[in-house]
Amino acid sequence: MPQPEGERRDSWPLWEVFLRSRNGLHHQHVGSVHAVDAEMAIENARDVYTRRGEAISIWVVPSASIIASDPADKDELFEPALSKVYRHPTFYEVPDGVSNI
Amino acid sequence: MSATSDPDLLTVADSCLVLSHRLSEWMSNAPTMEEDIALGNIALDLLGQARGLLQVLGDEDELAYLRGPQEFRNALMCELPNGDFALTLLRLFFVSAWLESVWPALVTSSSAPDVRGVAEKAIKENAYHLRHASTWVIRLGDGTDESHRRMTEALDALWPYRGDFATSGWYDRIEPVLATATLTTPDRDAWTQRSSGDGWHTEHLGYLLAEMQSLARAHPGAKW
Repeated sequence: MPQPEGERRDSWPLWEVFLRSRNGLHHQHVGSVHAVDAEMAIENARDVYTRRGEAISIWVVPSASIIASDPADKDELFEPALSKVYRHPTFYEVPDGVSNI
Repeated sequence: MSATSDPDLLTVADSCLVLSHRLSEWMSNAPTMEEDIALGNIALDLLGQARGLLQVLGDEDELAYLRGPQEFRNALMCELPNGDFALTLLRLFFVSAWLESVWPALVTSSSAPDVRGVAEKAIKENAYHLRHASTWVIRLGDGTDESHRRMTEALDALWPYRGDFATSGWYDRIEPVLATATLTTPDRDAWTQRSSGDGWHTEHLGYLLAEMQSLARAHPGAKW
């Protein structure tokens, strides 16, 4: 019987990688790496995901620590928001020169 | 030629070039995809450092591809075959610990702005190589019985080739890491090989160059 990811002896634990590309922005998920510990996870994330100057900061999180929503719940979780256009910031002008919105 | 605080440029360039080629031999064969990319990144850093210095010394292609083994001045340890992963990473650790003192020395001693530029960039690159290699040395040395055995064998195999690096500063740099890795540092005074400065090498460099240079020699002056 297959065991959950991260408990198999033939595979290293999985880590999710988040990068921040510059000051003022938030970290964004970019992918995952295998690593035996946090230090190796940081190094592997650096080597796999920052080869072209993509980041000034790296976060790694054990994938097993991610709590994910159930895809089967997507209607009750997300559908109600679709009909509430007044929540979108479309009723005012964003001044020129404001970025990252 | 002994390791000094004012290293010979060709020794540094050739050491980076030859070690880069050895690391590139791991491509598609490293234990994990992540490590495969890590070793590739380091190989490319070393290649860039070698190119930067060879461009100062002459025509980089001629120097890299048209010299015979006797004309190379790399540290002997760089040309040894990769062995297993433990030996490859311990060798990278030893060479990076040497380069950690080489690059700053070139920044302060070199009168050529191009050399200083290469060296200043290399300081940061080498700091990562040293970090990556030393964490692996500790992880494998202080790991399982099997990984400890392999690291111990790698240490025994590489120790007789430390002569090109063997300053007190180098020993002081590596010994704490080996101790943390639960490895017993062999005697500083034990006999060691060292490159002679007149082209003396192990039998391995000729094979390495035969592979590295074959394309350039078969198609002289070829362009992409």
